[in-house]
Amino acid sequence: MRYAETGYNLEIDLSTGNIERVETDPRDTELYLGGLGTNAKILWERVPPETQPFSPENLLIFGAGLLCGTPAIGCNRTILTSLSPQTELMAFSMMGGFWAPELKFAGYDKVILRGKSPDLVYLWIHNDQVEIRDASHLRGKGAVETQELIRQELKEPNAQVAAIGLAGENRVFFASIEQGRSSASRQGLGAVMGDKGVKAIAVRGTKDIHVARPAEFMELMHEVMEYIKFREANPIPGVIPILARLGSPQEMAVHDEKWHTENFMWGNARVRRRDFWNEEIARAWKETMESMQNRLISCYNCPLKCGATITPPGHSTYMMKCFSKLTYTMAAFSDLAFGLTIAQRATEYGVDGYSTPQVMAFALELYEAGILTDQDMPGLPEGNEDRFYWLLDRIVRREGIGDILADGTYWAAKRIGKGAEAFAHNTIKKHEQLPLKLGMLNPIYYLMYCTGEKINITQIEGQFPQAPFPTREEREAFVKDWFQVPHERFKQYFLDWEPRGEKSMPFYPTVEMCCDIVDWMEKMHYIDDAMGVCSGLSSFHLKPPYHIHNYPKIISAGAGFDMDEEKLSLAAKRYRTLVRANNIRRGMRRKDEVPPEDHWKKRFPELEKQLLDAYYQMKGWNLDGIPTTRTLRELGLDYVAEDFLARGILEE
Amino acid sequence: MAEKKKKTVKTIKVDVDKCNGCRACEMICSAFHANPRYSSNNPARARIRVIRHPLKDIYVPVYAGENARAECLGRDKYIIEGKEYDECAFCRSACPSRDAFKEPDSGLPLKCDMCESDPTLKEPLCVQWCITDALTYEEREEEGEEEPRPEDIEVGLEALVEKFGWEKIQDTINRLMQSKKGE
Repeated sequence: MRYAETGYNLEIDLSTGNIERVETDPRDTELYLGGLGTNAKILWERVPPETQPFSPENLLIFGAGLLCGTPAIGCNRTILTSLSPQTELMAFSMMGGFWAPELKFAGYDKVILRGKSPDLVYLWIHNDQVEIRDASHLRGKGAVETQELIRQELKEPNAQVAAIGLAGENRVFFASIEQGRSSASRQGLGAVMGDKGVKAIAVRGTKDIHVARPAEFMELMHEVMEYIKFREANPIPGVIPILARLGSPQEMAVHDEKWHTENFMWGNARVRRRDFWNEEIARAWKETMESMQNRLISCYNCPLKCGATITPPGHSTYMMKCFSKLTYTMAAFSDLAFGLTIAQRATEYGVDGYSTPQVMAFALELYEAGILTDQDMPGLPEGNEDRFYWLLDRIVRREGIGDILADGTYWAAKRIGKGAEAFAHNTIKKHEQLPLKLGMLNPIYYLMYCTGEKINITQIEGQFPQAPFPTREEREAFVKDWFQVPHERFKQYFLDWEPRGEKSMPFYPTVEMCCDIVDWMEKMHYIDDAMGVCSGLSSFHLKPPYHIHNYPKIISAGAGFDMDEEKLSLAAKRYRTLVRANNIRRGMRRKDEVPPEDHWKKRFPELEKQLLDAYYQMKGWNLDGIPTTRTLRELGLDYVAEDFLARGILEE
Repeated sequence: MAEKKKKTVKTIKVDVDKCNGCRACEMICSAFHANPRYSSNNPARARIRVIRHPLKDIYVPVYAGENARAECLGRDKYIIEGKEYDECAFCRSACPSRDAFKEPDSGLPLKCDMCESDPTLKEPLCVQWCITDALTYEEREEEGEEEPRPEDIEVGLEALVEKFGWEKIQDTINRLMQSKKGE
């Protein structure tokens, strides 16, 4: 009997139409846990490094987290793994919503797509019945619209549908996969889905998911729930609203956007508007939000309300996610009404809300600079906001200049030439980043930006405060009930951390402390990504309900194998290293691990070198960022070591 | 006159405006009713369903009530504040017209039991797990007619006798008594 997981993957070959239900090895679950962990193993085993993102040999894996479908609160994430067309590295984008639990109830832990369908199709997974169905009538339909059309067609209102829009069909490098109130947006996996000829995957399941030790598991969940209630009733003092509470409720429920609008950059990640927020704007934006918002909504089995249904006047309803609330607004120097309205069209097209606005702002900057001309952009409207709609329409259709822009700023700049590269200034590993440009180097963030392989800062930060608290009293108050730390020493790091003086950034926390902090933060994200737990209840937050001390008990009571903090940390390190191994085999090296050059004004090259050297060493990687044979063997990744040796990536 | 008896009416108040559509109520219901308790989760076994239609802003938690052996002859749609609720949206019955409130394996009807258990819970679990307060619990005392009046039964029986005749009614009563003996 398998607990928490179903023990079966669904293998679908789109070229031949072959569908198989394949039993998985329970030993892999103990070693790699599930979700991201087992996804990384499958990608390593079955996708050789010569494979291109748009080759039939590339896999697109929809992996439900290990605990999805159990009563684990806020555990609903699907971890998608494939090769990214934009970074050409292993991508692991994720989505919440309702899809992963439904897949588990249908009797599967993962859906693994390979090959390419000659015609546009959608998949219908209904317990043991799995069909590849014609989707030619859905070609060009919106991603939200498609989900609804399929539910109607199947007469199955309870089916959960993940779908791509026009952008995915046309292989836009930052196309998303949309699903309910969530989406897998980063790293262009919608393009891979479109390349495989799959418009959507609909799932409905009515089977049981078992847990190994029910009474113990539920007791742990009661503790999680009680702590959620406590945290909701007691926001953390002294930090910005986004960090004071769990989830990301401030995006939809809180109207005060002073912090984002004055600290994040506008346009093509260029302009900081320090005195932007005022009473008049606050009133207007609140009015906009209230007139367009219907309701605050949640993902499966989560009490937090991070999303909202939005109906811009004259447009259909969509579900707004997180920071997309402001990305279009800020890229276009516009207002919230514009942002919420264009996001409706962008969601139907199925594009990433981080990359897309930046790509468009980048194009307009190039136009202003004369690098792109009227010849490149025939018919470009006069009005600023109209230009964004105009560009969006062309990007998702790959029409004219849109075809070049659809590859993202990095590749577009290369194709455009004439100095356009300098305008693609906000990428890491070829992928657009949040529009943040700051003053002095932050050594903790430096390490996260360099080495994060999810390539999104919000998916690696958390747990440790972003900035020191002004007074010792405040710091002492903060650490008093900080039981989530893996070790008491983390409290001391924080207690001694001062805003100014000897023990301040960039030389305090020290290099070793920074490595320690980043390693902890990263580990918690990797555990969440194997479990399917949303980082909004876990790794993204200060003092979260899920942490290193209760996770082993939850995993053990749920999945039924022995687990303790040490074994869990080792498992997380194992598949974290395997993610890196996938990328090393595809050519990623230290030279690629650099934040945008202009991310901080004041840089410290000597310190940065020390930081990266020390972090690599702590991780068991060599100075080029490659896991050493010793590390690999200690983790039981001997097969990776042999591969690296055979390929000459490492020498004994 | 019939005897007036006091009884406790257990009520779950459903505030559809507060529902965030997370379906934690379905989760805890199916887990609680699993055997052994909490050993499995399967919303298809839940005795509460959230009728969800996010794009129409419709969220209606509905509890399984009495089983209906036949579907209704007509179907109704409700329009409330401009939102059209599908036929059967508020109906609590397991019935041949839909798959809600039926055991997925056997097809047998499910019914909410307000989490009756020993020891008694202070409120049903769906209410406890709904921290957005879409579901709240209330108990109230109500006076009900516990014992039916004899003359009411006579009126009904006389009508049947008139229609079918004494003999058929007697036969039917005997047959029913035989078949229900074991219960």
